[in-house]
Amino acid sequence: MKQVLKVEDMSVTFALHESEVHAVREMNFALSEGETLAVVGESGSGKSQAFLAIMGLLAKNGRTGGRAMMGDVNLIGLAPKQLDVYRGKDIAMIFQDPMTSLNPTLRVKTQLAEVLVKHRGFDKGKAVKSAVEMLERVGIPEPAKRANAYPHELSGGMRQRVMIAMALLCQPKILIADEPTTALDVTVQAQMLDLFKTLTDDFGTSLVLITHDLGVVAGVADRMMVMYGGRAVEKGVTDDLFYDPRHPYTLGLLHSTPHIAKRAERLDPIQGLPPSLEHLPKGCSFNPRCAFAFDRCLNERPPLTETGNGREKACFYEGPMTYGKVA
Amino acid sequence: MAGITGKDEVLTAYARKLETLDAPKGRSLTQDAIRRLRRNKAAVVAIFLVVFIVAAAFIGPYFLTWGYAEVDWTAIRKPPDFAKGHYFGTDQNGRDMLARVLQGTQMSLIVAAVATIVSVSIGVVYGAVAGYFGGRVDAVMMRIVDIMYALPYILFVIILVVMFGRNPVLLFVGIGAIEWLTMARIVRGQTLSLKEKEFVEAARAGGAKPWTIILRHIVPNLTGPVVIYATLTIPEVIIAESFLSYLGLGVQEPQTSLGTLISFGAPVAEVLPWMLLAPAGVLVTLLLCFTYIGDGLRDALDPKDR
Amino acid sequence: MLGYALRRVLSAIPIALIAVTVCFFILRLAPGGPFDGERALPPTVLANLRAHYNLDQPLINQYFIYLWRLLHGDLGPSMVIDGFNVSQLIRIGFPFTLTVALTAFVIATAIGVVAGMIAAVNQNKWPDYVLVLVVMLGVVVPNFLMAAILQLWFGVYLGWLPAGGWVNGSILHLVLPVTVLAWPHAARISRLMRGSMIEVLGTNYVRTAKSKGLGQRLVLARHAIKPALLPVVSYLGPGLSYLLTGSLAVEQIFGLPGIGKYFVTAALNRDYGIVLGTTILYMFIILALNLLVDLLYAWLDPKVRYR
Repeated sequence: MKQVLKVEDMSVTFALHESEVHAVREMNFALSEGETLAVVGESGSGKSQAFLAIMGLLAKNGRTGGRAMMGDVNLIGLAPKQLDVYRGKDIAMIFQDPMTSLNPTLRVKTQLAEVLVKHRGFDKGKAVKSAVEMLERVGIPEPAKRANAYPHELSGGMRQRVMIAMALLCQPKILIADEPTTALDVTVQAQMLDLFKTLTDDFGTSLVLITHDLGVVAGVADRMMVMYGGRAVEKGVTDDLFYDPRHPYTLGLLHSTPHIAKRAERLDPIQGLPPSLEHLPKGCSFNPRCAFAFDRCLNERPPLTETGNGREKACFYEGPMTYGKVA
Repeated sequence: MAGITGKDEVLTAYARKLETLDAPKGRSLTQDAIRRLRRNKAAVVAIFLVVFIVAAAFIGPYFLTWGYAEVDWTAIRKPPDFAKGHYFGTDQNGRDMLARVLQGTQMSLIVAAVATIVSVSIGVVYGAVAGYFGGRVDAVMMRIVDIMYALPYILFVIILVVMFGRNPVLLFVGIGAIEWLTMARIVRGQTLSLKEKEFVEAARAGGAKPWTIILRHIVPNLTGPVVIYATLTIPEVIIAESFLSYLGLGVQEPQTSLGTLISFGAPVAEVLPWMLLAPAGVLVTLLLCFTYIGDGLRDALDPKDR
Repeated sequence: MLGYALRRVLSAIPIALIAVTVCFFILRLAPGGPFDGERALPPTVLANLRAHYNLDQPLINQYFIYLWRLLHGDLGPSMVIDGFNVSQLIRIGFPFTLTVALTAFVIATAIGVVAGMIAAVNQNKWPDYVLVLVVMLGVVVPNFLMAAILQLWFGVYLGWLPAGGWVNGSILHLVLPVTVLAWPHAARISRLMRGSMIEVLGTNYVRTAKSKGLGQRLVLARHAIKPALLPVVSYLGPGLSYLLTGSLAVEQIFGLPGIGKYFVTAALNRDYGIVLGTTILYMFIILALNLLVDLLYAWLDPKVRYR
């Protein structure tokens, strides 16, 4: 299948007062047309920063290395002005917090219509009309009325729908959704995931779903990339990773997720805390929390290697994993 | 004169942050703040300069050949003359400018200190009472503050001076009495959020009286805003005092203040520039320093960057 | 919006009334009076004078007389200059004071907003440092000192501008006073604008706007400026009233014929009629300005209207 985004050897670093923090290292992945890729990891694993970097939205002290090829265009290293040709048109992003991601001083229709005016060259009237149609498509009742509202007059779920509508206005090739359901009620979360599925299918948009919640991934994502300490530690088809995790961290995540873990006898959270990116442990970053770690893991960092069947993992341990051992 | 240095805006923003963020526990606030303040070079330089100026103003006069009211008949309107010990020159009456500048600085600093203490005390108590008791008491007390905000301050200072005559003590108190409004507002807001905290609940459950709770539990927790407010009020009072002195409503001869000196120096600055430069230099340095210290303190005590 | 405006107007009325009352009693209860001159007046003259200004009546009656007149737009007589009253003073001096203050206000606000934006967008680069320094000077140098320095520099050494006075009504006479008045105001506005702009540029919604590929100009103009203006707008009311009172001082310094000259003289002569009238006039202006700012704020921040 056609690849819409190919990320090669990408890294993200932040300059602090006296030091540097590597938020993302050696990231490689490809996104095919119409596919949904889940990027999974705890907070601080670098999953959000990687995609903010691709969108050119890093904080001022952030630097990006490597390539992110969208067709012939390398998004990394483009000047903001050149990037603006693609941002919002071919590649769009939805953020975690719908409460603060919409401008409180502008009407919903203004914030939607400006995208079409900018990228499609619509006049304002036509843009508003298309915006209202899109609002209807994302399931907002009385879209013409809601379009005139200010964001604070809408509920959290409504606002996230507005964000989705905004991101899909130009039918982008790639949609990046950064924890799109985290801030919402559980009942709304499921609706929202359904909506993502339907819309990205309709538009043939490839979806990157960034989340820490494996419950969100199941049933939505085609493939999965698990991140830890700024690096990908396991990649593969979602079902494979769910039924046969090869990295102890993936296994740990699965057992920490309530409605997946109920197949197991009890909920077993991963012990310890995610590492600080400034002080990553020597060897494998996961070794202090890993039940299967042995000598080699303490001194040597396992590279991401293919294990067949399109799967990759970064772990030296080859034996069987039963979760009971961790707890 | 409220808001001369824009401290109201600075502080209101700071207080809003304090209210929305719960200060993280564990690290000592003071130690942390001092460490952060020491990293701020502008603030450190400003602190040293202020200490130097204060020391010079209070100790310096003892080391000078000339007193501030002493007339040197051989040197009238003379530029700086090191041989005679007139390091800053002399004024039209043959008085040593250095001695007069030091005395003026002393006076301005005393006024600033007294007025600041007055305004901070009134503000803290008023705000804490309004915030602690809440309800109708709060509504009435804050309405009064709203009304006071509507009064034109320069006019009031002038009226106060006219009313009370040129008694310096009353002048300081007068200026202090109109600088407390913003402090009161901020303290009220802080108190409202503090009184819901566990330690206040515990004190109340233990049967402590409202005044004990306010003074022992709430006021000590207001250190951050109070310190910043005080630092930023000092330059404001110095400006207010110097302006009154400039209008001829301030300190009286032979005593002087920086404002008085500037008002005498300005008209003759063309021919006797040292008479304007010396007091103006000290005044601007002091004001700049206090503003930098205030800004530095605000950043150092900022709960967000911790 | 209309309902909100009406509520705000109505709530300003009791505040105005209380403020008038406070001013009246503070001034009347103050020791000393307009007729305590150096030379004692003959008792009969004094009694006549007191009767003429109703000073012989109980204070509470005087208060109601004053209120009654105030309702008819009469701010009261001068007690020192015979036949002169506050309304006349305002007619003569206020247009001048207002011109100076408004000119300074408009220029300073515009400069302050733009400077604050430039500083924020170039945070921690040289335009920012230069602006912060200029702003600091504006904040800490008191107006009378700045006036003295500018008079000396532009008026005496360079001779470009008149150092003071109001000889022939030439606009050149206003350049220095307006500069002195405007600088600190511009400084405070730009400080506010810089701070709030930096904050807004870090918000999620500005990130969203950037992610839409709108381009820097549109992101700033449509998404950042309006919310960043909120703290500036809430300062405009106090700012303008500060300029109006500050103008009194500047007029005094430059010897300009505005209200300031009369007010200071009146205060020194204990002419309570003029002092009270002017104070109340200013109070009304400040209240009206605060009201105006609240309405402007409500227009900028839709959330306020529903509170």
